[in-house]
Amino acid sequence: MPRTPMMIEKGLTLVDAINEALYQELERDPRVVLLGEDVGLNGGVFRVTEGLQKVFGADRVVDTPLAESGIMGTAIGLAMAGMRPIPEIQFEGFLGPAYDQLCNHAARYRTRTRGAVTIPLTVRVPWGGGIHAPELHSDSPEAIYAHTPGLKVVCPSTPSDAKGLLLSAIRDPDPVVFFEPKRVYRSYREQVPEGDYTIPIGQAKVVQEGSDITVITWGANVFQCLEALDKLPDDVSVELIDLRTIYPIDTDTIIQSVQKTGRCVVVQEAPKTLGMASELATIIQEHCFLYLKAPVQRVAGFDTVMPYYKLELDYLPDAKRIVETIGLTMAY
Amino acid sequence: MPIKTVYTAQIDHLQILDENGVLDEKLAKDTLTDDQVRYLYEFMITCRTLDEVAFKLQRSGRMGTYPQNKGQEANAIGSGFAAKKGVDFLVPCYRENAALFLHGLPMHYILLHWMGDERGNQIPEGVNMTPLSIPIGTQMLHATGIAWAFKLRKEARVAITYFGDGATSEGDFHEAMNFASTLQVPVVFYCQNNQWAISVPRENQMNSETVAQKAIAYGMPTIQVDGNDLFAVYKATRDAVERARAGGGPSFIEAVTYRLADHTTADDARRYRDPNEVEAWMGKDPIIRLRKFLEGKGLWNADLQAAHEEKSRAIVAEVIKTAEGIAKPSTDDIFDFTYATLPAELEAQKRTMRTASLAQEPQQAGLNNPVNA
Repeated sequence: MPRTPMMIEKGLTLVDAINEALYQELERDPRVVLLGEDVGLNGGVFRVTEGLQKVFGADRVVDTPLAESGIMGTAIGLAMAGMRPIPEIQFEGFLGPAYDQLCNHAARYRTRTRGAVTIPLTVRVPWGGGIHAPELHSDSPEAIYAHTPGLKVVCPSTPSDAKGLLLSAIRDPDPVVFFEPKRVYRSYREQVPEGDYTIPIGQAKVVQEGSDITVITWGANVFQCLEALDKLPDDVSVELIDLRTIYPIDTDTIIQSVQKTGRCVVVQEAPKTLGMASELATIIQEHCFLYLKAPVQRVAGFDTVMPYYKLELDYLPDAKRIVETIGLTMAY
Repeated sequence: MPIKTVYTAQIDHLQILDENGVLDEKLAKDTLTDDQVRYLYEFMITCRTLDEVAFKLQRSGRMGTYPQNKGQEANAIGSGFAAKKGVDFLVPCYRENAALFLHGLPMHYILLHWMGDERGNQIPEGVNMTPLSIPIGTQMLHATGIAWAFKLRKEARVAITYFGDGATSEGDFHEAMNFASTLQVPVVFYCQNNQWAISVPRENQMNSETVAQKAIAYGMPTIQVDGNDLFAVYKATRDAVERARAGGGPSFIEAVTYRLADHTTADDARRYRDPNEVEAWMGKDPIIRLRKFLEGKGLWNADLQAAHEEKSRAIVAEVIKTAEGIAKPSTDDIFDFTYATLPAELEAQKRTMRTASLAQEPQQAGLNNPVNA
């Protein structure tokens, strides 16, 4: 929606930035259709689509029946028929019923038709923990979708990145899973370019340059890492990388950094085993083997079901665990 | 060849106690005794009190997100009372607290659940129910499977599953209905049609005139009842349960009710609901009509009301004390129920509360003191 005076003065939250990207793309491209549960009249349960139905009408911002497989499956049909659907799945835990349509159909159509049929859809999904939500409202399933050939997976952490990456995702010729870290939906504001701009999918961002150790993360964990960096002794020089795109992986940025620093800690909310950190550690040992001064470390969620919120903060990686692991890696 | 009709159908609507508290004596025959009605009315007030206090707990930061049951209690109470405690099995959604309590779930379990504590899901031995189901429309298949097991073992037991109008849009709902009907298992599908799936009204959720008619496609006995009428709910459920117990297979009940509160405490229904609609349904509150009925019979009065409200507040205060008195679980609780036996890596994570190998075994980094020793 158009910016309010407050947004102009103080900047946009992640929610505002995503809303702005959707607004601008609905305006620019008549093929764009938003569909999902409560996205219209209610503006989404997180208000990400606030106001859009009023401006663009109930045919383009559609409150669907309550059926995730239906949302994803019909989005595939819309895409096949030349539309640019942007389905929303209300919480990442509810991707379950949509899994078959997303992974067995959207992801495979280009391959199984030898490129004759493509599925340019962008599924938006609030993602991750930290907001004291009920069960199945706090998971971090990015690795599952990154492990599905044919899907691209994006997870921005800042308002500016979210807007630019979402515009790229919508215009991408292939299906993109756009994970929105709900923990930082409204945690801060920043100035975001007002016009049309894109940030390429597959490009990580060096948040802070450093020479002793590389810390790689994405989503809300960027902020736990920044907090950790504040707590580290001044003589430890950390290079912090926000992956931004989960797949395709920006191997160049990672390799370049780790060849420089020789040490790496990957921080993720998702369970440790077979998470993205595992893949990043493998890439690093494949490309940086002789540069390494310490084993790559994973600060991750535990290999358990995400606990209910009383224990949520014990589960999620925090600055303390990150600081400690950086220290151990430096001491190795 | 002339065109012939191969199938016709009709849906009956059952109401026994209207919103003015007037009872249809003929339909009410062999349903609830006066004593039972009074007992269930008192129970309804206690459940409402808990529901209102739970809302306040959330607002004051003492509890997480909570979905109020307010206005829908006749459904849970009438249907729960029609099933046999300790024999039949409840498979709920999350707006049937009262049915769970009737079947033996201690009240503080519900608060624990919404306080973010999994122990609220640890159903006590002998209490026949699954825990609250958060995702929409997945639990009806489990009810069908439970009922299937009853049938296989020739047990005279019935499963009742609860869900809302929105859930009937999910594929799992249709699969559950078809399995139950094809296999002729003893399950009752109880749809609390409360008119709203968060912000989506029933008429935008489906193009069918009733929810009840969906069961016709699956060859299942089906009925629409006034879900705010304790008598109608009880009678329809009892008939369905008896039919299932006697080997007559599954049934479907659409109970027309209304979500008087927001979807959950995280929602603000004023954004999408006409206040006049809410106002109109306020008058159909199951508590109001039951009170009128009991007062009309000389079984209730203002003094009894005041006394029971006070008693309910005391019960609820005790429930909250119990729930809030349960300390945060130890971090072992994150791990201990993942598998019957924990794999070695999980044991290491549990012991150290770390995932990084150097943090699990700091001696690798030349540090002698393990971090968590």
